[in-house]
Amino acid sequence: MKMVNLIINNVKVTVEENTSILKAAKKFNMNIPTLCYYEDLGIKSDCRVCVVQVEGKKGLVSSCSTPVSEGMVVYTNSARVLNARKTIVELILSNHDVKCTTCIKNMRCELQNLAKNLGIDENRFPSVFERQPIDDNNPSIVRDPNLCIKCGRCVDVCNNVQGTSVLAFYGRGHETRVSAVFDEHLSDAFCTLCGQCASVCPVGAITEKDDTDLVWKALADPNKHVIVQVAPAVRVSLGEEVGQKIGTIVTGKMVSAMKILGFDQVFDTDFTADLTILEEGNELIHRITNGGVLPMMTSCCPGWINFAETRYPDILDHISSCKSPQQMFGSLAKSFYPQKIGLDPKDIFVVSVMPCTAKKYEAKRTEMSVDGENPDIDVVLTTRELGKMIKQMGIDFENLDEKPFDSPFGITTGAGAIFGATGGVMEAAIRTVYEVVNKKPLESLDFKELRGLEGIKEAEINLNGTMVKVAVAHTLSMAKVLSEQVRNGTSPYTFIEIMTCPGGCIGGGGQPYGTTNKTRLDRISAIYEVDAGMPLRKSHENPEVLALYKDFLKEPLGKLSHHLLHTYYHNRNNKSQTR
Amino acid sequence: MLLKEVLKKYQRKEDNLIEILLDYQAIKSNHYISKEEIIEIAEYLSLPESKVCSVLTFYTFFSDKPRGKHIIQVCKDVPCYISSQVNVLKTIEKELGIRVNETTQNQQFTLEFTSCIGCCEAGPAMRINDKIYTNLTADKIKAILSEYRVYMQ
Amino acid sequence: MIEMKLISKRFGKINPLSIEEYIKFDGYKNLKKAFSMERTAIIEEVQKAYLRGRGGAGFPTAIKMMALAKETNKEKYILCNADEGEPGNFKDRYLMENDPHQVLEGMIIVAYATGGTKGIIYVRGEYQKSISLLKWSIDEAKKKGYLGNKILGSKFNFDIEVRSGAGSYVCGEEFSLIESIEGNPGRTRVKPPFPTQIGVFGKPTLINNVETFSTIPTILEISGAEFAKIGTPTSTGTKLISLSGNVKNKGVFEIPFGVPIRDVIYKLGKGIEKDRKLKMVQLGGACGPIIPEYMLDMIIDFERFEEFESKTGAGAIIVIDERFDLFDILLKIVQFFQHESCGKCTPCREGHIQLANLIKKFVERKATMEDIVSLESLARVIHQTSLCGLGQTSPTAIISSLRYFRDDYIDCVEHSYKG
Repeated sequence: MKMVNLIINNVKVTVEENTSILKAAKKFNMNIPTLCYYEDLGIKSDCRVCVVQVEGKKGLVSSCSTPVSEGMVVYTNSARVLNARKTIVELILSNHDVKCTTCIKNMRCELQNLAKNLGIDENRFPSVFERQPIDDNNPSIVRDPNLCIKCGRCVDVCNNVQGTSVLAFYGRGHETRVSAVFDEHLSDAFCTLCGQCASVCPVGAITEKDDTDLVWKALADPNKHVIVQVAPAVRVSLGEEVGQKIGTIVTGKMVSAMKILGFDQVFDTDFTADLTILEEGNELIHRITNGGVLPMMTSCCPGWINFAETRYPDILDHISSCKSPQQMFGSLAKSFYPQKIGLDPKDIFVVSVMPCTAKKYEAKRTEMSVDGENPDIDVVLTTRELGKMIKQMGIDFENLDEKPFDSPFGITTGAGAIFGATGGVMEAAIRTVYEVVNKKPLESLDFKELRGLEGIKEAEINLNGTMVKVAVAHTLSMAKVLSEQVRNGTSPYTFIEIMTCPGGCIGGGGQPYGTTNKTRLDRISAIYEVDAGMPLRKSHENPEVLALYKDFLKEPLGKLSHHLLHTYYHNRNNKSQTR
Repeated sequence: MLLKEVLKKYQRKEDNLIEILLDYQAIKSNHYISKEEIIEIAEYLSLPESKVCSVLTFYTFFSDKPRGKHIIQVCKDVPCYISSQVNVLKTIEKELGIRVNETTQNQQFTLEFTSCIGCCEAGPAMRINDKIYTNLTADKIKAILSEYRVYMQ
Repeated sequence: MIEMKLISKRFGKINPLSIEEYIKFDGYKNLKKAFSMERTAIIEEVQKAYLRGRGGAGFPTAIKMMALAKETNKEKYILCNADEGEPGNFKDRYLMENDPHQVLEGMIIVAYATGGTKGIIYVRGEYQKSISLLKWSIDEAKKKGYLGNKILGSKFNFDIEVRSGAGSYVCGEEFSLIESIEGNPGRTRVKPPFPTQIGVFGKPTLINNVETFSTIPTILEISGAEFAKIGTPTSTGTKLISLSGNVKNKGVFEIPFGVPIRDVIYKLGKGIEKDRKLKMVQLGGACGPIIPEYMLDMIIDFERFEEFESKTGAGAIIVIDERFDLFDILLKIVQFFQHESCGKCTPCREGHIQLANLIKKFVERKATMEDIVSLESLARVIHQTSLCGLGQTSPTAIISSLRYFRDDYIDCVEHSYKG
């Protein structure tokens, strides 16, 4: 690689050619403020906050998009630059609903932070902001256009990462706005509610729907037995919400914190992840041996289900009928559990903590109800909302003792844990299916080819002498690639795992802000660390799961399983026949 | 039905979008593209509807709301402004009884502003659909409008 | 003689619909000449001519041609920018309406010299007449074998299609234009890569203005060296000037570079209408500087225009007489840019509305000295930080007026209502 010498703020630096000025400066400990820039997304260069002065150039250039060149002399903080940067932020604020102290993003808003760092204590420009209606018509995501600063991150993620094309820029000039097509509600615009837009929004324009008040209310109600389940990905990311290093495993402290918050029982979604593997693994074996519809596709991810129901309604019978681990927990929590502890299901209030915004929607699906009336899961919180509650209560997280999950949904395996990473469900399934079919133990439990951030990963497994191809995709753009093959009948696979969010659930739309590929890899490492540290690593060896079958469900794919743990899907493409 | 015939003329290539919109909108008497038509065009070109919509709302030629049969666009830029002996817009407003961005009740005329139409040497200028009128005076404007009124009946 | 008719020599002399008349009047002669030359020799002639882009920025055409010729991609686009949307400019329309084949001939020669395989002329939607004339002319040229496969019996294939704009000034900016051709909203892209590397449909693309292409046949005809002798040493050849506003004789005039503005206004334009006093002149179009009467002896060339830190070489001269208020004019200009901004970058999207609000205070005589400071500061930030040429040049009128018409501002503040 060719190296380039340049001078940034009187410091001589040498970096690889084609490095942007922004990255070159960062490498030498000079952080240039940015706003539209987001690691791993496309360079948009539209906020103009990162402008710098380059000797010999008349105007200022955006450091995110300008590559270094030999002999370049750059000033990142000259008087001219500082004035320009301040003016730009003031301009943004002049068309923004400035209500920082009551904004959901207060103290974690990139615009607010920028204004603070630049020392903006007054805005020279009068406000030209015009109020528009807020879209809070779905259970997952709130879009408040009054806060939008047109940075384009959400449009980029929605179109280029997810390929869902729900959000776009409309109009032009000062009237430019981000919206769903025809200004529809997101819920009508085939939004999958994946929340990736919320995850990258620098301000409060797109956020998860905040349901913490509902949980506080339930916790305060003496007549409610409030239980909570926590998804695999939460324990490796919640730490970031309370000031811990990325990739810290906080399982025990998290359980303690939730006990302090007042939950009567704290359970582990890893448990129902193990249960999912038994059901889904057996479903796969059943489909293979009985000439069922193949390839089978996973069903744990609600964003993917939304995507398939709206864009690929013709391939719904490829999707496993298993409910997601969240919903399997929900059914058990409103059937088996109350029976076991002798309570009326109506007095049980079930909370989920998920890395996901689409889970909020999933919990509201009418079919996700054991009694046909009340939802099995009462409230779904994202990792961020749990973090918020911990802060609201003033819990000193770092100094908490570690506590175990409660029984009967507390013993879990490494297979359940890895559900949180792309490829994890597949790996967990193979660990079980292989041993069930071949009736001998696997030599190595680690399927390295299924791990990591490659868009589509493949593996082959030997089932009783037949080589079976499987594939794993994350992001909906990649899901589209595999779905097209399934639609066209050209899919070479037998089993396909699909996760909506980049990196899988650890990169979910409800995860702590600032998620990048580096963050994803750190969280993934933590997930596999959890797995490797478990005494049990295969779902079919989970004693509590086996006990559940023995005492209650009887057998995988049995009558009760079918009633409680399986579901069906709808064609939700109501707009045009062929879209 | 009409849209299908227009679409048939074009290959299913993304870059034909603007041409299709121009072509189709010009032959529609109310000069706009409806939601259903957006969906149909998007489907024909295998584009997301959001893409068609963002193009439609970016360019000033297009409208997603019905307009009159004759769209009058008055140039509002400096060369025309300084060449005017008459307030073109006010004259038309008075003549048709509508304000800018409005349509006459009989759906015959919509009045709009336009950026410079490149007739600065003969300003003030306006466009009615594809036709350009220059060196406008109050009398000339009245004559042109009455011609359209007669012509349309 | 102030005028010098090289590329406008056929204006009014031939029927633009007739390819025969064009051919009779030296048309396609230079294409044949080009075919007899080495490809590199053609570019060399353009280099010797020191031809600079006529769209406004004045970038040397030969450098673009060399960059494109160097690209090894099988498909290369030759793009003619006919999105003449700058208020006060209409010379490209004259070129297309009076001598459409000259544009085509220029494009074919450039394509031949650089290995271009496909030509596109992007004409603003407002120019319906130009569009039909060009389409007609392309068909005629094809029939005569100047376009299409095996042009003039050679192995060279080249075709041109016409694309219509749909009402957007910013599409005159090269990447916005490319976006528009691809069927997108005209929001510019980040540079680099430049169009000659990755342009329309991801292919190497050379973009030039109508006038630039129209000049190419003349260069081959008289040779680059002779062409370079016309004009000034750094601004060679002739320039079409669009003269409008309060002059007696408006229109398009071709002059050699180096002619003083005063001569254009008073000799070609025959002076101010009704012999009123001249108040100000805007050069280049809405994105150009506004200068007072005492600067009219400035000559027309790229260097003088560059002093205004604006790309104003498109050649418009808008003459404004004493009846008009500076701030009314500025407001119209700012509102034009507010309306035409694509909305992608912050300073342009949010800045113009604030500029307009500030100017309105002057129009309404409610301004303060601080407003002058704010206006100047904001105008400079928009100029320095905008992503594309639109925002970079839109504040030129304001910035120049603050320099040359400061008294108007001070007067205005002094006569403003207080409180």
